[in-house]
Amino acid sequence: MRASLLLLADSRLPAGGHAHSGGVEPAVSAGVIGDVPALADFLRGRLATSGLVAAALAAAACAHALEGGDAWALLDAEADARTPSPAQRKAARAQGRSLLRVARTTWPARALEALAVVSPDGPHHPLVLGAATASLGGTPHEAAAVTAYNAVTGGASAGVRLLGLDPLEVNRALAALAEDVDAVAAKAAACTDGPWTALPAASAPLLDIYAELHLRADLRLFES
Amino acid sequence: MTRSYTARAAVTATCADGVTRLTRLRSDGPLALREAAGAVHLVGAAAGPLGGDDLELELRVGPGARLAVRSAATAVALPGDGASRMTVRAEVGAGGRLDFAPEPTVAARGCDHRAAAEIALAGDATLRWREELVLGRHREPPGRHTGRFDVTVDGVALLRHELRIADRYAGPAVLGDAGAAGSVLLAGPGLGREPYAAAGLAVLPLAGPGVLITAVAADSAGLRRLLDEGEDFVTGMP
Repeated sequence: MRASLLLLADSRLPAGGHAHSGGVEPAVSAGVIGDVPALADFLRGRLATSGLVAAALAAAACAHALEGGDAWALLDAEADARTPSPAQRKAARAQGRSLLRVARTTWPARALEALAVVSPDGPHHPLVLGAATASLGGTPHEAAAVTAYNAVTGGASAGVRLLGLDPLEVNRALAALAEDVDAVAAKAAACTDGPWTALPAASAPLLDIYAELHLRADLRLFES
Repeated sequence: MTRSYTARAAVTATCADGVTRLTRLRSDGPLALREAAGAVHLVGAAAGPLGGDDLELELRVGPGARLAVRSAATAVALPGDGASRMTVRAEVGAGGRLDFAPEPTVAARGCDHRAAAEIALAGDATLRWREELVLGRHREPPGRHTGRFDVTVDGVALLRHELRIADRYAGPAVLGDAGAAGSVLLAGPGLGREPYAAAGLAVLPLAGPGVLITAVAADSAGLRRLLDEGEDFVTGMP
């Protein structure tokens, strides 16, 4: 395991990840997460839907960067088409912009410069993660693994902060999801053989609904 | 003995001198098509879809033409010999309008149904596409159901959306304890850009020229109310 890859996956990376709860705060506000088993179910569903989509986009972006491709606007549009919620598009671009700042400083590459001009709001987060993985010498499968891992860890720590859950119990629940994370990463990486149009598009109606409700909430600890 | 259908049905609507005519109306197997009350109706000529069925419907709406598609009754996806498939491919030309709103599909216990819709819109075409899915018949858990929805405008992706019903993926992030889920996609020029959300309902302006209304409810009637509310919000009707 490359140390650079661990650095990219680390929650201490100064890319503003702590400002986003991965949909957990909206779901807590909606009253559907109150304990560790519910949090684990939530994370499993998120991983299988938006987690898979993000991991497949990251793997595709990594492969595209390794090939020296320049169709970043097209891949960004494919990410848009898989993100119907404006609140989630905004969050994905804000996180992409923050990660891009770190990645351009730490692992400079042509693909990252190209991503910087894709949209004034910043590129979709998984695209930056994929391009950064390529830049630090990683593979599409590794880009998918980091993305899938991020899809559950951010939400888990948000759950601890929001609900005062036992961190040891939450960590045990995360460990129980490890096989699922690996499976999602493998499935996402396998998609790089096909065209971008066929990438996974798994949706989660409740995530979309909660994300929009959250944007209208008066009191929020997290951006999304 | 299991009997499976492979059916290819098609409708073509063409506009000449401002009048739309159906220049092709091809029924096949369980996909029986009837023209009535300003719309083409899918009239179930057999129960199903049943496992093993492979059904395709092709819709072509020429430039300036208008086509509405409805169905006579709820479709019930049932188990059988392997997976059942229902694919709809649609093309809408410049200034054309397609309004596709069949009755709900029920994913019965044990079914393994794969629904797919591939829609190619010209830049100023208009689309209304409504889908309602009921998770199981009365007091039964649903089988497997995957619905994939791909819409492009002038070749650019507008929406790629897949809803998968299988035990592992339900849960509080995806469908919770909903008994029905559905969506309406409105696409075309001049739509409102205002998002809206309420319990079980979200109105989502897409990055491209379209709005997705998504809803989950305890039952089919509740789902209809929410989707109607969402559509009214977008079209500005009370």
